[in-house]
Amino acid sequence: MILPRRFCGWLTAAATLLASSVAAAADIPAAERRSGYEFMGRETRAMQDDDAANPGMLSVLDGEALWRRAEGPAGKSCASCHGEAHASMRSVAARYPAFDTARGRPVDLEGRINLCRTERQEGPALAYESRELLALTAYVAYQSRGQPIAVAEDPKTRPFLAAGREIFERRQGQLNLSCAQCHDDNWGQRLAGVPIPQAHPTGYPVYRLEWQSLGSLQRRLRNCFVGMRAEPYPNDAPEIVELELYLAWRARGLPIETPAVRP
Amino acid sequence: MTARALISVPPKTKRGEVVEIKALISHPMESGYRVGPNGTRIPRDIIREFACTYNGEEIFRAELSPAIAANPFLSFCTIATESGTLAFRWSGDNGFAATETAEITVE
Amino acid sequence: MQEAIRAIIGEAELRQGKVALDIPSLVENGNAVPLSVSVDSPMSPADHVKAIHVVNEKNPQPRVISVALGPRAGRARLATRIKLADSQKIVAVAEMSDGSFWSASADVIVTLAACVEDLQ
Repeated sequence: MILPRRFCGWLTAAATLLASSVAAAADIPAAERRSGYEFMGRETRAMQDDDAANPGMLSVLDGEALWRRAEGPAGKSCASCHGEAHASMRSVAARYPAFDTARGRPVDLEGRINLCRTERQEGPALAYESRELLALTAYVAYQSRGQPIAVAEDPKTRPFLAAGREIFERRQGQLNLSCAQCHDDNWGQRLAGVPIPQAHPTGYPVYRLEWQSLGSLQRRLRNCFVGMRAEPYPNDAPEIVELELYLAWRARGLPIETPAVRP
Repeated sequence: MTARALISVPPKTKRGEVVEIKALISHPMESGYRVGPNGTRIPRDIIREFACTYNGEEIFRAELSPAIAANPFLSFCTIATESGTLAFRWSGDNGFAATETAEITVE
Repeated sequence: MQEAIRAIIGEAELRQGKVALDIPSLVENGNAVPLSVSVDSPMSPADHVKAIHVVNEKNPQPRVISVALGPRAGRARLATRIKLADSQKIVAVAEMSDGSFWSASADVIVTLAACVEDLQ
């Protein structure tokens, strides 16, 4: 009999709760933690570093315009409540995914933006991977550029961190591979001629050359799952946010690079 | 949403100095050679021409092919002769047309 | 590619030199390869680069980009990002005001990302 995934997750979470922290032996030590930026070639790094050449900056500019656009019956824009993003959104992306008390679970930045749109602006939610949601997410995350990733590790988030870790370490799919096998155990080595990075979500939404456009962390994770020949999670699955939370925790201390460029 | 352009001109220049102008615009630059999920070719949709004028005089022109990457980036040089306006124009398939201007300050 | 070069230079001789073509020799993703071309020229009214043409060997079409320059450029330099379908040779041709043509070439190896996306 195969236990439902959620049940497995909670079993592991319960076991991990007994442990005092989320850290484990296979984790990459802080001193060795490196962004995917360092695994790219010189020219791709130069593309990211030059704000006048970084294609992700186009989305950041779109996001800036959307920040001021009135939505919903009350005609409120993001700016109506949050004022100038460079002040109010500074460091926000660095602590996402964040625990949402009303929902009793973490939400990622895209989820948070849509909650604001539906509940505060009383407008429609933006579709995942839509140009507008990517632009707003990029604009907000850009305000944290340079800030170290620092998601909360506390009694509220620990069960979800543990669930995310379980997904990361679980062998899955037709290849029976886990994320950890490549990204914890074999980072720096090559797969199909390409260096394996540590898989830190430092620059999302990211301009991926493979996509020729900006894309979210969820889209990138979907690529990973498909690449591993495993079933990807749907956009609204709680597991995907748990995995995002764990990845952010695993990347703690690394600076936000949004909008990053990656091959 | 209309195409988003990002122009970079050095903030202050000296007369006679050679400066680098960078122009970036959002556009899929669909080559016409990609095949979609249903097996049919995605039709070509590219920017074909780009031109830059400096106080009305053309200083740079480019003919782009499907081999130019999405969200095309172009960088070129010009002599900072006098203060004024740089005007940028992109045009291409499906009636695509976009313009942008940037000020250049020459001391 | 040779035909495309012939169409650009006509009967003239294609000389090696003056042109510097900067492109990574190993490319992580062929979708956006940074490329820059610079040409050694005084860019004076009497002696300048009129145009720079870039051609490729293995894409479906040989032409990559053609740009028109003049003395107002100050420096004959172009940078852009191109798509390369496969590992191949790239050639940059500079057309000078005196009717001469100069060129440089580079060989590029194109790798692809390991985990490919499911096009939905």
